[in-house]
Amino acid sequence: MKPSEIKDLIDFIDKSNLDEVNIETENFKISARKNATKVVEQVVTHLAAPVIVAQPSAVVAQREIETTPRIETPAAAPVQIGKKLLEIKSPMIGTLYRCPSPDKPNFVNVGDEVKVGQTVCIVEAMKLFNEIESDIAGRIVEIKCENASPVEFDQILFIVEPA
Amino acid sequence: MFKKILIANRGEIALRIIRTCREMGIKTVAVYSTADKESLHVRFADEAVCIGPPLSKSSYLNIPNLIAAAEITNADAIHPGYGFLSENAGFSKVCQDYGIKFIGATPEMINAMGDKATAKATMRKAGVPTIPGSDGLLESVKEGIKIANKIKYPVILKATAGGGGRGMRVVNGDDEFEKAWNDAKMESGAAFGNDALYLEKFVEEPKHIEIQIVGDQYGKVCHLSERDCSIQRRHQKLVEETPSPIMTQKLREKMGEAAIKGAKSIRYEGAGTIEFLVDKNGDFYFMEMNTRIQVEHPITEEVTNFDLIKEQIKVAAGIPISGKNYFPEFHAMECRINAEDPANGFRPSPGKITNLNLPGGHGVRVDTHIYAGYTIPSNYDSMIAKLIVTARTREEVIVRMKRALQEFVIEGVKTTIPFHIKLMDDPQFQAGKFTTKFLETFDFSNL
Repeated sequence: MKPSEIKDLIDFIDKSNLDEVNIETENFKISARKNATKVVEQVVTHLAAPVIVAQPSAVVAQREIETTPRIETPAAAPVQIGKKLLEIKSPMIGTLYRCPSPDKPNFVNVGDEVKVGQTVCIVEAMKLFNEIESDIAGRIVEIKCENASPVEFDQILFIVEPA
Repeated sequence: MFKKILIANRGEIALRIIRTCREMGIKTVAVYSTADKESLHVRFADEAVCIGPPLSKSSYLNIPNLIAAAEITNADAIHPGYGFLSENAGFSKVCQDYGIKFIGATPEMINAMGDKATAKATMRKAGVPTIPGSDGLLESVKEGIKIANKIKYPVILKATAGGGGRGMRVVNGDDEFEKAWNDAKMESGAAFGNDALYLEKFVEEPKHIEIQIVGDQYGKVCHLSERDCSIQRRHQKLVEETPSPIMTQKLREKMGEAAIKGAKSIRYEGAGTIEFLVDKNGDFYFMEMNTRIQVEHPITEEVTNFDLIKEQIKVAAGIPISGKNYFPEFHAMECRINAEDPANGFRPSPGKITNLNLPGGHGVRVDTHIYAGYTIPSNYDSMIAKLIVTARTREEVIVRMKRALQEFVIEGVKTTIPFHIKLMDDPQFQAGKFTTKFLETFDFSNL
C-alpha cells in the first residue's frame, strides 16, 4: 500500500463512526483506533538536555499493534550541512501520541521548524497526558516514533537539525 | 495463572524471579534504569523496558513509571522482589486500583506490620510473645521512666518508623533517660520524618532467629522453619544459616506455632518472615514482620527443597497451600558477597569486574547477576552475589563454604570474600556460639 493510500484510509476511518479498524493481508497489517477519551490534562514536562547522536534506542517493549509504512512522507536521510544533528528523547515511559486528539493534526511533521518549549508530542501514563516540549530550536529532519505506540525512558523520538 | 509478570526490581533477585517464571511458563518483563542497561536481568527477561535515569527515586521507586511499564507491556502481575517498593502500601494499593496483581501483601497488611509499635500490639493481641515494654508510643520521659522501672533496666528507646539501627538508644538507668530520649527523637525525626518512640526491654546478646511463613488467600498459614541471622554488622545481615545451632525441636514447634498464630491474626497472604529475638534462656520475643520475600530465602529453599518464589506466585494466583509445615532436612548457609573492602571499614567498591570464576560442585549454589566485564553501578546497594552451601551437617557446611569461597574469584573490585573465609575459620563461629554482638568484637585486620 502506498503512503498516500494509507493516509486516505485513515482519513476515511476518522470521518466514519468506527472506533477501531484492523486490516490484515499477506503483506501487512494495519490497525487504526480512535481515542475514546479526549480529555487532555496539560502536564508540562521538560526534556533532558539534548545529546549528540550517539547510542541506538534501547530495547522497546513488544507492541500489540504494528503499523507499517508511516503516513507522513518517508524521511529523507538526515541532512548534515556541517552541523551535528540532535535528538529529542522521551523523558518518561508511556504511550506516545503525535497529535492532541485523533481529529487534530500532528504537533510536528518532518520539515517543521520547532522552537524551544514547543510541544512536539504527548506521552500518556496512568491516564495522565504529559506534553513533551522540545529543548532544541531547529528543524525536524526525522521522526522515530509512531502514534499510539509505547515508548520508554530515553527512547529517541525526533531528530532535529539545530538552528 | 498469570500470563506475564513485570519484575519491579533489579540485580540478583530480578534474575531469581525470572528463572522461576520461566519454569512456570510465565512471560517476564524486566524494567531497568539507564545505569542497568547492561544488566543480566534485562538480557534474560522476555521483554525489557527502560523506566528512568539511574537515581532510584526516578526509576525503581517511581510508581507511575512502573505502572506505565506494566500497562504498555500488558503485564497482569508485578513482583516487587525485596527492598524498593516491596513493602510500600501505596504501591500495593495502586496496583490494586489498576487491576494488576501485586505479588506481595495487601496495603492493609503492609500497614499493619510496617509500623513497629502497631505490629507489636497486633502480635501481642494474637498471643505471640512480645518484648515487654510500652503499650504503643511513649508520651513523655516520665512515662518512660515509670515503665523502665517496671520492666527493669536495661531498656531501649526505639523509633516506630525506624529501621537499620537508626533512632535507637539503650538506657541503663533513670539518670540517662532524658538525654537518650532527646537524642533518639532528633535522630529518628531527621532520618524518617517521624520522631515517635516506644520503649522495650533491651534483650542483651540475643540471637536473631526468624521463621519463614506462607499464607494463602483462604486463611491458611504454614511455616518453613527458622533461619539464624545473628551474624550482623551494624544491623546488616552478612551470613545466615538453617537450622539454627541452638534450635531444638520443642523450640521450633513453639516458634513456628507463634509465627502461624501471628500471621493468621492478620489473614496474611503471601510469603512473609516473622523475626524473633531469642535470649540465652531460650525465650523468644516478636521483633518485627517482613511482608515480602527475604534476601536469605535460598537457604530455606535448599533444606526443604521448596521454591519460595513459585509459592509466592501460586498464592497470588489464588492457589491454596496444603497447610503442611516444612522442616530442614540438611544444613545450609549463605554468605552475602558485597562489593566492599572489609579491610577498610567495608567501604563500597564499585567498578568493572575484570575476571570472574563462580564456585561449583556438590551443594553449591550462587545467586548473582554479575558477569565478567560487568560494571557494578555505584547507585545501588553493594551486594553482588549470594553464596549458598548445603551439606548434611553444620561442620560439613562450614568446610564446604570455605572451599567454595576460595574458588570464588572476583577481580577488578574489592569484595567481602576474605572476611567470610576468616569467619569460617573462627572457633567461636564454628562452635555455633554467637549472638548479634559477635561481629562487634571480630578482628577485621589481616584481610
